[in-house]
Amino acid sequence: MKCGGFRVSYGSDERIFDTRLPIVGLLVLFAVLLFVPRVAGTYWLDVLNRIGIAVIGALGLNILVGYTGQISIGQAAFLAVGGYATAIFEAKAGLPFYLAIPAAALVTALFGLVFGIPSLRLKGLYLAIATLSAHFITTYGIVHWESMTNGVLGLNVPPAQIFGLALDSDARIFYLIFALVLPATLFTKNLFRTKVGRAFIAIRDRDVAASVMGVSLYRYKLLAFVVSSFYAGVAGGLMAHHSKILFPDAFTLLVAIDYLAMIIIGGMGSILGSIFGAVFMTLLPEVLKLGATSATGVYPNAFGLIASTRDIVFGLAVIFFLMYEPQGLARIWLRVKSYWTLWPYSY
Amino acid sequence: MTDHLVFMLQLVITGIAVGGVYSLIALGFVLIFKASSVVNFGPGELVLFGAYVSWATILNMRFPLPIALPLTLVIAIALGLIIERGVLRPLIGEPIISVIMVTFGVASVIRGFLNMTWGSDTRPFPVLFSQQPIHLGPVPVSPVHLWSFVVVMALLAGFSVFFRFSSTGMAMRATADNQQVALSLGVSVKWIFALSWCIATVVSALGGIILGSVRGGVDFSLADLGLKVFPVVILGGLDSVAGAIIGGILIGVLENLSGGYLDPILGGGVKEVAPFVALVIILMLRPYGFFGKPEIERV
Repeated sequence: MKCGGFRVSYGSDERIFDTRLPIVGLLVLFAVLLFVPRVAGTYWLDVLNRIGIAVIGALGLNILVGYTGQISIGQAAFLAVGGYATAIFEAKAGLPFYLAIPAAALVTALFGLVFGIPSLRLKGLYLAIATLSAHFITTYGIVHWESMTNGVLGLNVPPAQIFGLALDSDARIFYLIFALVLPATLFTKNLFRTKVGRAFIAIRDRDVAASVMGVSLYRYKLLAFVVSSFYAGVAGGLMAHHSKILFPDAFTLLVAIDYLAMIIIGGMGSILGSIFGAVFMTLLPEVLKLGATSATGVYPNAFGLIASTRDIVFGLAVIFFLMYEPQGLARIWLRVKSYWTLWPYSY
Repeated sequence: MTDHLVFMLQLVITGIAVGGVYSLIALGFVLIFKASSVVNFGPGELVLFGAYVSWATILNMRFPLPIALPLTLVIAIALGLIIERGVLRPLIGEPIISVIMVTFGVASVIRGFLNMTWGSDTRPFPVLFSQQPIHLGPVPVSPVHLWSFVVVMALLAGFSVFFRFSSTGMAMRATADNQQVALSLGVSVKWIFALSWCIATVVSALGGIILGSVRGGVDFSLADLGLKVFPVVILGGLDSVAGAIIGGILIGVLENLSGGYLDPILGGGVKEVAPFVALVIILMLRPYGFFGKPEIERV
């Protein structure tokens, strides 16, 4: 067991994995994931699928908000554009999903570029307000562009086909989703070892100072929006396939707030945090549902209270984390880990 | 007078009436921002809270109006104190994203609490004014709109006098201007923060009561109206009380006119989105709003 860093080269300092143990752990995780659809029932598969989608979306938002410091309340709009673009490419243009999802993600990235233009003049609070209104304008467009989106009636998404195999069950979509979660996570991890990622972090820490050091704010702020909305586009495309029908109601402001809460609760500027946050926010209503099921004996109306309890618990969790653990679950995880690394001689 | 002109005047007058309520809600928002630089992203929930509590006191618990209204306002003040003391004071000096998210969190708790206590069905709101339209010249105006405008104007005038002449009002202005100087002159800045939240919850509750009686019922869509405060304050400037009042009325008129004229062409819902389009245009032209203070940054 190592108890300290002895790094003698930049290569070793930049290495993702210091020891072999996490690599083994990840490989075991992959193996487990491969077999999950065989054991998990439809209910848990559905939950896992939603977690996977949320992980991609939260990673994207974390790149923008957590790493670049550009506050965006527009994640729901990005997801909506990604989802609708995927559905339209597949249902109307007849593209197979493996072309439609990347194409839709590119469309969303382009959309994010436009969305990000205000960030060149605005920051902080004003940017948050600008993205808030962009959210409302986007959802208005989706509801009212009926020839393309079918408006409030909802747009059907045909099941994805690959080599004649329809990805129509939860188990098959599970493989699709997690085949994208892994590269998304790896890409994010690597992004922050490159010039671009470091420029993002420099902008977050102090944008004026970054520009003095030669970081082009113009280029990198827009790039952050592009990268982040590309992720959201992929997540939206997966959402389209997972829910099989798209309604504008699935992309309300509350969804955008949920995603912001994921990265706050999980940990801003942390990849592990994005994952923790996505898991937490997806499991929260499920846990409440389980609680309600067991409480129906005592209190028969328990199911009616799930929505409101969720709102209260969600709000309290956000407040709690901001007040007592601003770096989120990722920080708690690190603390627990470092405690056990030196156990029983920690002090 | 032609029908067309009557139609337009009617839109403008209802716009002014509804816009007055926006001004009222925006006033609370601006006060909080001026005093403590906190942006409240849940103004709608404060409005909702006022509307539901007044519904509960008047129709559910059947208190007479002279008791129910003050009771509602006292509860609103308590809410303001709880939010400020419990949540925002510990977060003074935290990054902007934390403050934004914590107000979302508070809004979520309020929404959940209201939903849990009274359910999410539409509640009929007590009829406070007669339904018979009054004719202002050739233009029919419903008394609810007229009264809401009168009440709002009276309240806004009252607040202007309060800020201008009372010592507490002056202390609030001093705090907004420069916290350190205000502190050194013996102003309790903490108390001003709490007070600004209380005023915000009270004006939002009043806004909720007025909006509830204008619409004849309260439901959770009232919270969406609260978000209109953002176009209003961007138009008027985040830290300008006069701007909030003018901005509110302008946005009210704008949304009504655009709804009246563009809805038939674009197919509905323009009213909801027009203020936000205006917001984006204003931000692109003048990044800090019309009356807002530009931030000067140094490394």
